[in-house]
This record gives sequence, structure tokens and C-alpha cells, in this order.
Amino acid sequence: MSAAFAIMALTVPAMAQNVAPPGATACSGCHDPSTPGAVFPPLHGYPSGEIVAAMQDFRTGQRPATVMDRIAKGFTDEETQAIASWLSQQP
Amino acid sequence: MLQVLTRRMLLKTAAVGAAAAAFSRRTAAQASPKVVVVGGGFGGATCARELKQKGLAVTLVEANAVYTACPFSNAVLAGLRPIEAQQLKLDAVEKGGIDIIQKKATGVDPQSRRIALEDGSSLDYDRLVLSPGVDIRFNALRGYDEAAATVMPHAWKAGEQTTLLRRQLEAMDDGGTFVMAAPANPFRCPPGPYERASLVAHYLKTHKPRSKLLILDAKDSFSKQRLFQAAWQDLYPGMIEWVSLSSGGKVIEVDAKAKTLVTDFGRHKGDVVNVIPPQRAGEIAQVAGVADRTGWCPIDPVTFESRLQPNIHVIGDASIAGGMPKSAFSANAQGKVCAAAVASLLRGEAPAEPKLINTCYSLVAPDYGISVAGVYTPRNGLLADVEGAGGTSPVNAPPSFRAQEAIYAEAWFQTITREVYG
Repeated sequence: MSAAFAIMALTVPAMAQNVAPPGATACSGCHDPSTPGAVFPPLHGYPSGEIVAAMQDFRTGQRPATVMDRIAKGFTDEETQAIASWLSQQP
Repeated sequence: MLQVLTRRMLLKTAAVGAAAAAFSRRTAAQASPKVVVVGGGFGGATCARELKQKGLAVTLVEANAVYTACPFSNAVLAGLRPIEAQQLKLDAVEKGGIDIIQKKATGVDPQSRRIALEDGSSLDYDRLVLSPGVDIRFNALRGYDEAAATVMPHAWKAGEQTTLLRRQLEAMDDGGTFVMAAPANPFRCPPGPYERASLVAHYLKTHKPRSKLLILDAKDSFSKQRLFQAAWQDLYPGMIEWVSLSSGGKVIEVDAKAKTLVTDFGRHKGDVVNVIPPQRAGEIAQVAGVADRTGWCPIDPVTFESRLQPNIHVIGDASIAGGMPKSAFSANAQGKVCAAAVASLLRGEAPAEPKLINTCYSLVAPDYGISVAGVYTPRNGLLADVEGAGGTSPVNAPPSFRAQEAIYAEAWFQTITREVYG
């Protein structure tokens, strides 16, 4: 029974259900999804490629940051990709 | 290890099955499963809104009409910010279709899944989320009772206590001493006492420069310690004295009449005395039987469901969230994850393994911010730090970096309050 759940969770992509992938909902704690001109860039509807590139650069230190370097290091490429795709599809 | 995991998975499966059964039993009688959230702070209000977005019927029980936010309340204390900037209402939450009951929750019966309210009425739930914050453990520190708190405020629950301590600070003569007792871990907002010391020092340096600040601590180390101590040396040289546990800093008794804190090694009289006392999960968590002997609430790191009572979830400061500190950011992140898990469980699905983030800013001065961040995931039954991620701001950074973090601190407060209450 529990194995069945595990398989379901693995085979049904989170995005297909529009369920936020792990970590994605925490972003809006700082990044106001929709207010233009906010200090932190709004991420809802943001191009996913740009989010992925920014996160990679934060992780390697190529892009200067105050806190995003420390946060980006907590996510794998796959996780970052899933979060970026989800954010880009949010209204 | 394997056995533990198997048992956990079995329990989880059993919980899912029970939820599915409860769901189908209730769907016959009512349109949708009922979720009750107790506590309208950052965790509870976030969770209620997320649950509603997922199409669930949500009732939010909160006794107070106005919620006074703790983050940035140290700036109120230092005269940098009006208390009104901290006061938040649930009007927008209510407009979003959440049933708000402005009463105190007084009892929980996990068996019949019903909570009791102060007026004798009751509410049924399929799933209950408790986000009660902290309660002060009066008398845990000898002599520190509610009466003593009117003389030596804790100001650790924002509101009247904050403005009381502010008035005392304003009334203090130049050359006076501000004495603070800092508690042992765990407690709400680990960097909070040291941010407070910093901003009080900023006020004193500006208005009463001959004054001193003494911190008597029940710990040997604290959050963002290197950053705070370096900043104190730069900005407030000779003004702040920190006495660690091993140097005899632990306060064991307070004498409110004499405005004096007592340690094993001596008595410290202050002109203004701030006691940050031991704390525990808010009262309703104790009543519901979800708090353990430590006074805090053990939870499953995937669902935030209590390890002690089924169908009750605990989020925010009240929960034992492993590496996650007791902060508003944590409570907000947990509220969203908990809502997703509750929705999954009510659909009879297994909740996904979450990942959570915390970011905590502290102000050392109005234009000097520092931060600690972390990324967390369930490991061995707890929320553990993802290795290689997180940490504090760099020890060596130019003033522009500190100024930027001070701006981010304020921006974070604006964003989170808009998301939760706007």
C-alpha cells in the first residue's frame, strides 16, 4: 500500500497537477508574487530559464548575492528546474 | 533503521487510510471536509489561506481582533517605528472566504474531533491545525510572574509589553543601565535578544550615550553571534556587556521590587530590566495533549501532524521543527507545506516530501542588517538542514552589504505581511 503511494508520487509529475514542487511555496515569503517595483523581483510568471540561470549563478558565486547564494545551494538542478517551471506558470 | 522507516511508512499509510475513511464518511453528510485552524499569527493565517485556495472549508479561530507582529517590534522598542506598523487585522483573510471566529479555543477532544470555545460552543473538524505561538512560562524563573512582568517586561509577545518597555526606556536617565535576561534554547526568535540589545544600544548611543547595557545569558553561544559581536564593537564600543552561561550569566531568580536579577554569582540591579523568560507552546497545545514534557510539540516533518494526537497538525513556534528556528518566516513556510499535506491527506493521497526555507533578518542599526538562512528537508523523522546550504551573512562585508540587508529586512516584512494579511 505504501509502496503504491510512493510509485504514484514518483510517476505523477507535480507540475501536471499544478501542485507546487518541494520548496516552491517558500519563495513568496520574500518575493511578492505580483507587486511590480518590489525590492525583490516578483517570480510568478517569470521566465523559468532565467530563474534556473540565476539560481545556478548564485550557487557558483558567479552572481553576487546577499542571501540567495546560501539558499540556492540547498537545491539540486532538478529541484531548481521544477520550482522555476512552477513559478513561471503561476498567474 | 529499516525497521523505523517501515514503521513510519506503515503509520503514514494507516493515517492516510483513516483520513480517507473519515472523508468518505463525512462526504455523505456535508459538502467538503472541515478544517479548523487555531491561531491567526503568521503560521495560522498563512495555513488558513492556503487551505482555502485548495478549495477546503476553513474556519480560523483567533481570540484577538488585532495581531501585533513580533518581527521588527525591537525597532518599536528603540523608537524607530510606531507600534501601529506591527498591528495586523484578519479582514482580508475573512474576505477571502474564511470563516473567522473571534473567540478563545479552550479545549480539544481528539477522539470526537471537536474543539471547545470559551463561550461553551464547539466546532467539529476533520483536521485541526494548531498555530498557537508561545506562552510565557511564568514562575519557571523564580519570582517572574505576571505581576513581575508589569515591572520588568518581557516584551516577547508584541503589544502592550512592547510599549511598556519602550516607555521605561524613554524614562531612563542618561547614565542608566538596561539589564536583559536571555533564556536557554529553545525559544521564539533565537537572534531576537541580540537584535534587541543592538537597537536599544542604538537608541542609547543617540539619546543617552553614558548608559550601559548588560545581557545576562543562560547560553554560551547564540544565533549570528560573531556578526553581532563584531558590529557591537564597531557601532557601540564599550556599551554592551554580554555575560555567558559559563561566566555566570544565568539568571536564577528575579526580584521585581528591587528591579534586580539574581545569578549564582551576584545581583544585578537595572534602571530598566527586560526579562526574556522560558517559553513553551501556546496553551491550546498543552490542552490538546500535543505538547510533550519539554512543553513543545513533536511533529511529523512531512505533514506537521502531531506525533501525540491524530488529525491534529502543529506549525510555527509551538512545533519541534528540528533545524528550523522559531521565526515568522518558518511559520509562513510551514503553514503552506502543512496546508498542502492536509489537502493531500483529505483526498486520501500521500503527501509529498517537502523542502522548506527560512530567512531571518536582524537589524543591528537602522542601516545595518544581518541574516541567517537555511534550507530544510525531512531526515530521520526531523526537519534537518540541507548540508552545504544556509548560514549567516559573511563576517567581513562592506557597509553597502549591511545596508542592503537592512533594506531587504524591511522589504521582507512588507512582503510577508501583504501575503498573509493583505
